[in-house]
Amino acid sequence: MTEGIARIWRNQRDRYNLIGTHCEECKNDFFPQRKICPVCRRKGKLKEKQMPTTGKIYSFTLVTGGPVGFDYETPYYLAIVELDNKVKILTQIVDSDDDKVKIGQPVKAMFRRIQTHGEEGLIAYGYKFKVV
Amino acid sequence: MKGRDVYVIGAGMSSFGEHWDSSLRELIVDAAIKAIADSKIEGKQLQAVYGGCMASGLFAGQEHVGALIADYLGLNPLPSTRLEAACASGSVAMRNGIMAIASGFYDVVAVGGVEKMTDVSTEMASTTLGGAGDEEWELFNGATFPALYALMARRHMLEYGTTEEQMAMVAVKNHANAAKNRYAQFQKEITIDTVMKSQYVASPLKLFDCSPLTDGAAAVILASGDVAKKICEKPIKLIASSQASDSLALANRASFSSLRATQIAAKEAFTQAGIKSKDVDVAELHDCFTIAELMAMEDLGFCEKGKSGKMVEAGQTKIGSDIPINTSGGLKGCGHPVGATGVKQIVEIAWQLRGEATGRQVKNAEIGLTHNVGGSGATAVVHLLKKDF
Amino acid sequence: MAKIMKSDASVRSASPVINAGVGIVSYGYFVPRLRIKVSDIAATWGKDASVGESLGVKEKAVGAWDEDSCTFAVEASRMALKATAGANGGSGINPQEIGAIYVGSESKPYAVKPSAAIVAEAIQATPSLTAADLEFACKAGTAGMQMAMGLVSSGMINYGLAIGSDTAQAQPGDALEYTAGSGAAAFIIGKKNVIATIDDTYSFTTDTPDFWRRQHAEFPQHAGRFTGEPAYFKHVQGATQGILEKTGTTTKDYDYVVFHQPNGKFPLRVAKSLGFGDEAVKQGLITPFIGNTYSAASMIGLVSVLDVAKPGDKILLCSYGSGSGSDAFVLTVQDEITKPNRRPSVKLLDYIAKNKKYVDYAGYAKHRKKIKHIE
Repeated sequence: MTEGIARIWRNQRDRYNLIGTHCEECKNDFFPQRKICPVCRRKGKLKEKQMPTTGKIYSFTLVTGGPVGFDYETPYYLAIVELDNKVKILTQIVDSDDDKVKIGQPVKAMFRRIQTHGEEGLIAYGYKFKVV
Repeated sequence: MKGRDVYVIGAGMSSFGEHWDSSLRELIVDAAIKAIADSKIEGKQLQAVYGGCMASGLFAGQEHVGALIADYLGLNPLPSTRLEAACASGSVAMRNGIMAIASGFYDVVAVGGVEKMTDVSTEMASTTLGGAGDEEWELFNGATFPALYALMARRHMLEYGTTEEQMAMVAVKNHANAAKNRYAQFQKEITIDTVMKSQYVASPLKLFDCSPLTDGAAAVILASGDVAKKICEKPIKLIASSQASDSLALANRASFSSLRATQIAAKEAFTQAGIKSKDVDVAELHDCFTIAELMAMEDLGFCEKGKSGKMVEAGQTKIGSDIPINTSGGLKGCGHPVGATGVKQIVEIAWQLRGEATGRQVKNAEIGLTHNVGGSGATAVVHLLKKDF
Repeated sequence: MAKIMKSDASVRSASPVINAGVGIVSYGYFVPRLRIKVSDIAATWGKDASVGESLGVKEKAVGAWDEDSCTFAVEASRMALKATAGANGGSGINPQEIGAIYVGSESKPYAVKPSAAIVAEAIQATPSLTAADLEFACKAGTAGMQMAMGLVSSGMINYGLAIGSDTAQAQPGDALEYTAGSGAAAFIIGKKNVIATIDDTYSFTTDTPDFWRRQHAEFPQHAGRFTGEPAYFKHVQGATQGILEKTGTTTKDYDYVVFHQPNGKFPLRVAKSLGFGDEAVKQGLITPFIGNTYSAASMIGLVSVLDVAKPGDKILLCSYGSGSGSDAFVLTVQDEITKPNRRPSVKLLDYIAKNKKYVDYAGYAKHRKKIKHIE
C-alpha cells in the first residue's frame, strides 16, 4: 500500500517529538501545531515548540472494539494526558499495570508503532505514554 | 428567529434498522415520498432540496448525494445540495432549508437526511465514524467514538459522581420509548441489568450505552408562512435554529463534562425564541451514548450541571414527566443513521406537536426542542419548534 | 575446548593503537516490559522445564505488538542523550552535534529503509548527519561503535551514536526460541566528556556458517552445536586473545569482562578458557534475565558494568556475530562518570527487575504476530 504515505510523513516530526506551537502573544502552547493562534488570531506570533514529554492522566478508557488496523491490538488503553504545560493530548497508554491506569497518574512519552499498513507497507511511529 | 416565518408542513421517515434489502437511494426516496405526501403539496411546488449525509462515500462508495436524491425523487432539475457535519449533518441540512425560506429565497423546500451504515464491517464503520473526530490526532491513535465519549463519561463521573447505573437508566428509558415507536430499530424494552451486564466497548461505556449502526432516512417539507397557512392543517413553526462549533479534537476542549457548543447553541436558540428551557414540553436529545444525553440535559438547562444522573434516576425525563426526553427512543433506541438523525428528531417533534405520536404522545405538547451533535461536540445544532394551529 | 587460534602477531603489532582520547560519552538501554518464562515455552512444545537451567536463562524479554528494534533503538538513544545532561557544565549534548548514527540489528522492521534515519528524526539529530543500518548477526552494534570511533578519531564528526537493537526472532518450537530475547543499548561516542575511554579495539573475522537468515526467510536457521566451538568460542577467544596481545595486557588487568551472551553459560565458559574469573563476568551477564538480545547482547552487558563502574576500572568487551566475527574493546573508566546526571537514572538490573509483566505462550504468540490473522 503506498497511498497516504505523504500523509504519515508530514506529521512524523511532530509525532516523534511532540512538536507543537507556542504563541508569543498570549503565551499559550498548542498541540498539534497550528498556523493561526486560536486565541489571538492574526495578532498571534506562533513558533514551533517541543511539548513536555511528561504529564498526568486526565481521563482514560479501555478500548475493546478497535477501528480498522487496531482490531488485532485490542484491548488497549486510550487516555487524555495533560502535559506539564497543561496542554492535553489524546494517546494510548502502554506498559502500565491496570491498577495504575487512573486519573492523576504521572506518565511519560514513549516511542511506539501506531499503525502499520499491513505486513508489507509503511509503519507509522508516534507517541504513546506509560505510567511512571 | 430572524427573517420570514418558516414551518414544517410535512414529515416522514423510513423505518430505522438493518435494512439488508434497501440501498441509500431507496431509503431516502422512502422518507421523502412520505414527507411530500404528508405535506399535501405537489412535488413540482418544491424549489430546492437539502440533504444531510455524513459518510456515504465510505459507507456506500457513493458521493454526490444531492444529485442522487433529486434524480431518484424525479425532482430534476431542482437545485439539490448535500450537507455534512458528521452526526449533525441532518440538522445542518435543516438549517440551510430554514435559512433559504427565512431569507425569502425560496417558499417551499424539502430537507432530508440519510445514512446506509450496515454495508460495511463493524471495524470499517468504526473507522468511518472516527472521521467525525480528528483523523490525524485521534483516529490515527486508535480513538473510536465510544472511546471519546468514554473519556467524557469518566470525567463526568469524577466531577459529579455520575454512575454507570444512571447512564444505564438512560438506555432503559430510551428503549422503553422505542418499543412504542414502530419506526424504531429496537422494539424491545430492556432492564438496567441488560445494560450493566453487557460487555464494555470502551470502559465505562458498555454495548448498551451505545447507539447502534443503523440504516435509515427522514425528511420534512418546509414552507414559508403564506404557503403553510394556505395548505397545511397542522403547521409547526420553527422558532429557533442555532448552531455552534468547538475544537474538532476532544483534547483541545477546556471541559470534558459538558459540550460548549451545545451550551452556546442552546443559549442562542432560547434567545431567538424568547423562551426558557422550562417552557419546552418535549425534547429529542443527541444520545449517541448514554452519557451524551446526560451532558445535553445539563448543557440545555433542563437541570443543573451535574444533576442529570439524579434526574434520570428520578424518572423525570420519562413520558409523563415534566420534560420527556427522546420519546422516539433517541439515537439509542430508535437508531442512529448518522446523516438522518437530525431530521428524524424534527420529524418526531413535529409528530408530538401535532398529537400524532401514537403510543408515546406527550400530552398538550406545545413546544419541542431538538439537539444534534456532530463528532464529539465540535458541532452542535439546536432547533425549537412550536405548535401553531 | 578448541585450541585458541594463534593470530599473526606481526600484523597485529603493526596495526595502530587507538589512543586519541576517544571513548563513551554516555549510554542508554531499553528492555521491553513483557517476559515469558522459558519453562512456559518448554511446556508448549512438550519439553522438560529444566531446559532453562541448562541454558542458564530463566526468562526472556518480549517486545509487544507495537514495539520493534527501531522503537527500542529510539528509547535507548533518548536515554543516552538524557544521560549527557551533566556534561559540558550541565548543558548536555545537543543532538544536532551527533554526526553519525549506526543501528546494528538483525530484526530490522524494514529490510530496506534505515532504522538509523528514524532514530535520527526521533532524537532530533536530523538533517546534518550520516546514518546507516548495519548487519553482522549479533555484533552489528559493536561494528557501529568501531565506525563511530573511526569518524570521531579522524575528526570527521564530534559525536557518533552506535546502537545495538533486536527483537530477536526465533521459529516457534526451535531451540533458539528459549533464549531469543529483546532489547537495545546505545552509546554516544566522542572525544570530549567521556565517561570511559576506549583505549583500543581489535576484530577477528572469518567466514563461518553457523547461523543465518536468508533474504526472504522469516526466521533464522542455525547449525546446532556447530555454533559453539568453531563459531562462538573460536572467534571470542581469537579477538580477546588478540586485544590482550595488542595492548600488552593480561586477564588480571581487568576489573570487568563482557562477552557476547547467546545463553547464560557460554560467556562463563569462554571466560574460564581465557583465564578470567566468574566474578569479572557476572556484572555484565544479562542474558539470564532477558534472554539473548542479539545485537544488543554484549553492549547491554557493558551498560550493566558501566552502571556500577568506578574511575580507573578497566573493562574488556568482546562481541560475537555469527558468520562470524568478534570485536574486542579495552575501556578505562574516567572521573567524568562520577559527575551528577552522567548515567541513566535507573540501573539496568533494577529496571529489568522492576519493569516486567509476564505473558503466557499465547500472549507471546499474539504479541509477536505468530498467530495467523487475516486482516
